[in-house]
Amino acid sequence: MRIADKREPTEYEACMSTRALSLTHTTIGKKMVMAISGLVLFGFVIGHMLGNLQIFLGPDAINGYSHTLHSTPILLWGARSTLLVAIVAHAVTAIGLVRLNRAARPVAYVSKKDVATDYAAKTMFLSGITIALYVVYHLAHLTYGVTKGLGYQHLPVDKNNWPDVYHNVVHSFQVPWCTAVYVLAQLALSMHLYHGAWSLFQSLGLNHERYNETIRSSAVAVAMAVCVGFLAVPIAVFFGVVK
Amino acid sequence: MKFKLNVWRQANEKSAGGFEKYDIDGITNDHSFLEMLDVLNEKLIVTGKEPVVFDHDCREGICGSCSLVVNGHVHGPQEAATTCQLHMRKFTDGEEITVEPWRAGAFPVIRDLAVDRSAFDRIIQAGGYVSVRTGAAPDANSILVGKDVADRAMDAAACIGCGACVAACPNASAMLFTAAKVRHLNLLPQGQPEKDKRTIRMVTQMDAEGFGACTNHLECEAACPKSISTDFIGELNRDLASAMLRARADRSFTGG
Repeated sequence: MRIADKREPTEYEACMSTRALSLTHTTIGKKMVMAISGLVLFGFVIGHMLGNLQIFLGPDAINGYSHTLHSTPILLWGARSTLLVAIVAHAVTAIGLVRLNRAARPVAYVSKKDVATDYAAKTMFLSGITIALYVVYHLAHLTYGVTKGLGYQHLPVDKNNWPDVYHNVVHSFQVPWCTAVYVLAQLALSMHLYHGAWSLFQSLGLNHERYNETIRSSAVAVAMAVCVGFLAVPIAVFFGVVK
Repeated sequence: MKFKLNVWRQANEKSAGGFEKYDIDGITNDHSFLEMLDVLNEKLIVTGKEPVVFDHDCREGICGSCSLVVNGHVHGPQEAATTCQLHMRKFTDGEEITVEPWRAGAFPVIRDLAVDRSAFDRIIQAGGYVSVRTGAAPDANSILVGKDVADRAMDAAACIGCGACVAACPNASAMLFTAAKVRHLNLLPQGQPEKDKRTIRMVTQMDAEGFGACTNHLECEAACPKSISTDFIGELNRDLASAMLRARADRSFTGG
C-alpha cells in the first residue's frame, strides 16, 4: 500500500499558492503601487511648494532653509532615497501598465467617443513624462548648476556661504524661456496631481459614495493650490515683488 | 426613415475586417436598432449576400447578448440601455451610422459584429459562485440579510455580463464586470466562506485573460446598461488587498 508522504494540496491551498499571491503581480496591486508611490511624491511636491514659498520671506529664509537641508545629511539623503524609491516604483509600474493597457486593445476603434473621462485622465502618461523630463532639467539647473551658459546667472553661494537659492531663482525667472518651461511643467503637474489625487482613493479602495464628491472636489482644490503655490514665484519675479 | 450605414464586416477572427457601406430605407420610428439590422439582413439575403452577424437574444435589455458600438457610443447613444433597447427615433432621418464590434484583445471577433466573450465565463468559473448544500430546500429566511446589504448586493448583481465596460474602457479593462461579480457574492452571508479565494481567483483570471488595468476614467459606469457604480471597483481593490494579506498570514502559519 502506497502511503502518501505528501498529501495533495486542497483547492484552497492551490489557489493561495498561485504566482498572483503577491499582490503586485495583479493589475490591482500595480495600481496600488502607483497610488502609494504617487502619494509619497505628492507629499514631496507639497513640501517643495511650501519650501519655495519661503522666497517671499527674503534671501536669508530660503537660503538658510537650503543650508539646513544640506547640512543635515540624514534629512537630505533620507528624503532623496525615499523619493528615488518612489520615483522608480512609480515610473517602472506606469510603463508596465501602459504597455499592458495598450496591448489589451490591439485593434483600435474608428468612431469611439469619450463620455465620462477627462483630459487629465487621458494624458496621465504624457503629463508624467513631461514631469520626469522637467525634473531632470530642474536638477541639472538648480541642484547641480550644470546648465550655466543657457542664459542665466548661477551663483553657488551667498554672503553667509549658504547656497544662493534666492538669486538663482530670481535670475532664472528673468529668462523668458526658463519661465515658460516652468509654467508648462506646473500645468502638467497640476493635471497629473488632480487625477492622481482622487484616483488613488479608488485604487486603494478608500472610496465611498458618501465621500466621492468631496474627494473629487478636494483633488481639484489641492491641484489648484499646488499650481498657484508654484506659479506665485515666477509671477512675483515678473512683477518685481521678488528681486 | 433612411440611413447610411457603415458596418464593420469581418469573415473570422484571423481575417482583416473593414467597413461596408449600406443604404437602408423604410425604417420607422418604432424600429429598434436590432430590428433595423434585421431589415438590412433580409435585404442582403434576398440579394444573395452574406447577412451581418450580430449577437442578440432576449431583446428586452436583460440578457446581455447584444453589443455594438454605435456612432462611437457603447450600446448606442442612449444612457443606461442595451443596444436592443435603442430605437431609431433616437437618430435623425438620413443620418450616417457607424457600427463597430466591442474592441478588446480578450474579446476576439467571431464574425462581423459578434465577439467572443467567453473570457467573462472563465472569470465566473474561477470564483463567481457559492458552494451550497444540496438536498431539501432550506427554510426561507434562515439566513438573515440586512436590507441595505441585500440592496447593495442586488445593485452589483444587476450586471448582465454584456461587456460594455470592457468596450468603453480606454484600457479594455474588465474591472467593472469583475468587481460587480465579486462584490455581489462577497457582500452576502452565503458568499463569506469563499470570499478571499473568490476575490483572488477571479482577479487572477481577469488578468490572465489579457484585459487592461483600471485607470479610473469612469467610462465603464457611463456605458453600463445597468449603471453599475465604479464604487464596486474600489471595494474589489479593498477585498483583494485584505484577501492577499490574510492569505500571506495563512501561509506563514502553515509554513506553505
